[in-house]
Amino acid sequence: MMYQLNRRQALTYAFLVVAGCLTVLPFVWMLLGSVKSQGEILRDPDGWLPRSPTLDNYHVWLTELDLGTYLLNSVLVAGFVVLGNLLFCSMVGYALAKLEFPGKRVLFTLIMVTLMVPGVVTFVPLFVVVARLHLVDTYAGLILPFLISPLGVFLMRQFMRSVPDSLIEAARLDGAGEVRIFTRIMLPLSGPPMATLGILTFLSSWNNFLWPMVVAQSQDHYTLPVALSLYSTGEKATDYGLLLAGSVVVITPIVLVFIALQRWFVQGVATAGLK
Amino acid sequence: MSATGSRRRGQALVAWLFALPFVLMFGFFMLVPLASSILMSFTDFRGSDVRTPTAVEFVGLGQYLDLFGDPRFRRSLLNTGYFVLFGIPLTMAVALLLATALNTGITRFRTAFRVGFYTPVVTSIVAVAVVWRFILQPDGLLNRTLGWVGIDGPDWLHSTTWAMPALILMAAWRNMGTLMIIFLAGLQNVPSELHEAARVDGATTWQRFFRVTLPMLRPTLLLGAVLISVGYLQFFEEPFVMTQGGPLDATLSAAYYTFTQFGFGEYGTAAAASYVLFVAIAALSLVQFRLLRSED
Repeated sequence: MMYQLNRRQALTYAFLVVAGCLTVLPFVWMLLGSVKSQGEILRDPDGWLPRSPTLDNYHVWLTELDLGTYLLNSVLVAGFVVLGNLLFCSMVGYALAKLEFPGKRVLFTLIMVTLMVPGVVTFVPLFVVVARLHLVDTYAGLILPFLISPLGVFLMRQFMRSVPDSLIEAARLDGAGEVRIFTRIMLPLSGPPMATLGILTFLSSWNNFLWPMVVAQSQDHYTLPVALSLYSTGEKATDYGLLLAGSVVVITPIVLVFIALQRWFVQGVATAGLK
Repeated sequence: MSATGSRRRGQALVAWLFALPFVLMFGFFMLVPLASSILMSFTDFRGSDVRTPTAVEFVGLGQYLDLFGDPRFRRSLLNTGYFVLFGIPLTMAVALLLATALNTGITRFRTAFRVGFYTPVVTSIVAVAVVWRFILQPDGLLNRTLGWVGIDGPDWLHSTTWAMPALILMAAWRNMGTLMIIFLAGLQNVPSELHEAARVDGATTWQRFFRVTLPMLRPTLLLGAVLISVGYLQFFEEPFVMTQGGPLDATLSAAYYTFTQFGFGEYGTAAAASYVLFVAIAALSLVQFRLLRSED
């Protein structure tokens, strides 16, 4: 019995190791390729380990391709989107969870309806709205449409409903106003859903490429994925080392955030999945 | 009485102030686009009409009729069906396999494995596409590996037969992590007493998996199926970054078709196509929820 259990565990580990290697293999290939020269990649496409590792590809990104601007744009857009979602979704979440006001049900129903609408449906008319507001090729055009999310409101409202009313009533008796209750009681208690919301919005903003590709029309407003996508289908399409280096730059921040916060990611998937 | 009344009015005012920033942006960037997308799909709205929306004319169901008359749109529906039909079972099977392996009582490196399998989910498709194009080249990593076992691999992305399977493989790789997490949570909710009882009755590992685990997991599996089919019906990113819908429209999906119509400035057609897709998504979710309820 003992022997069989061990053999089974060994088989499980063997399977997991093989599957795990296959899964991360593209990332390893990416990382190794990014430190090879174009000459080495063409001469020896079979090779795994770089024979003479070089940071030239990264250097070209920094000096010739304006990596700094793209990186800054990505950080800027993602930063505003995360902060906006945390603030605005928790504000409306508080109102929906704990305050009474006319129109509350209608508002909540509308939010739940939009939660089910796929992005492809609103994409074109959203572009028309942004164009009519003269926000094409501006930071505002990249940021404003994503500052709020129905899913974020849902997450915050669900969590805030579980905060006991007695806490709020006690604060009201002590003369605290709603703003004070929100900032001193609700926000400090809402760490877990805010962590989930922050991670989910950072992830989708950092990886978003279709909207920024359509809205950012001058190079000054490109985010990282837009720049990488345009180079990889355009003038640099065959410069593999360079493109792999760009991919490493796009992927590294999100993978680091993911590994550091993976417990929260998993919870995010569970909550977002079970909406 | 009037004191509580004024307090209530005060609270309503405060509540709306709290909701105001959200409501403004929600209205401008969600409700207006949503409402106008319905209207747009019944008009001949074109890119040149953005400045002068008054010049737009209602065409009734014209856009929808034209759409189904367009062989490229019908092709894109078939392609999406192909992708969904093979992509969903493959992704679910792989995810279930991984979740089951992670749930067999191993303790060491569990987190490391979970992180590894989930990493493709968090990474940018644009970045991942670069390396996948490289791997799928005629003399790329995949074909050289196949060569070891004597298989002469095709030029995946330029073959009308093999481009779609390649994208299905890539989509499964990108999405298995999400389902694995969901399935793992479901597996942990299967009471261990059931397994014990089955073991005492002499059931083999396979019998326990098919007779105990799978039936207990049915709600979780259906939840996973709904989640992934909503995503897969909007299949767009893989063909966009890997094949541009080619070769010869072999990977042109319905969402991709919508986007190309947008690119041509045919906003009305794009809106109509997106509603066809929306109806398909809603219908499929409805069917799956029905199944979920009737089986319980």
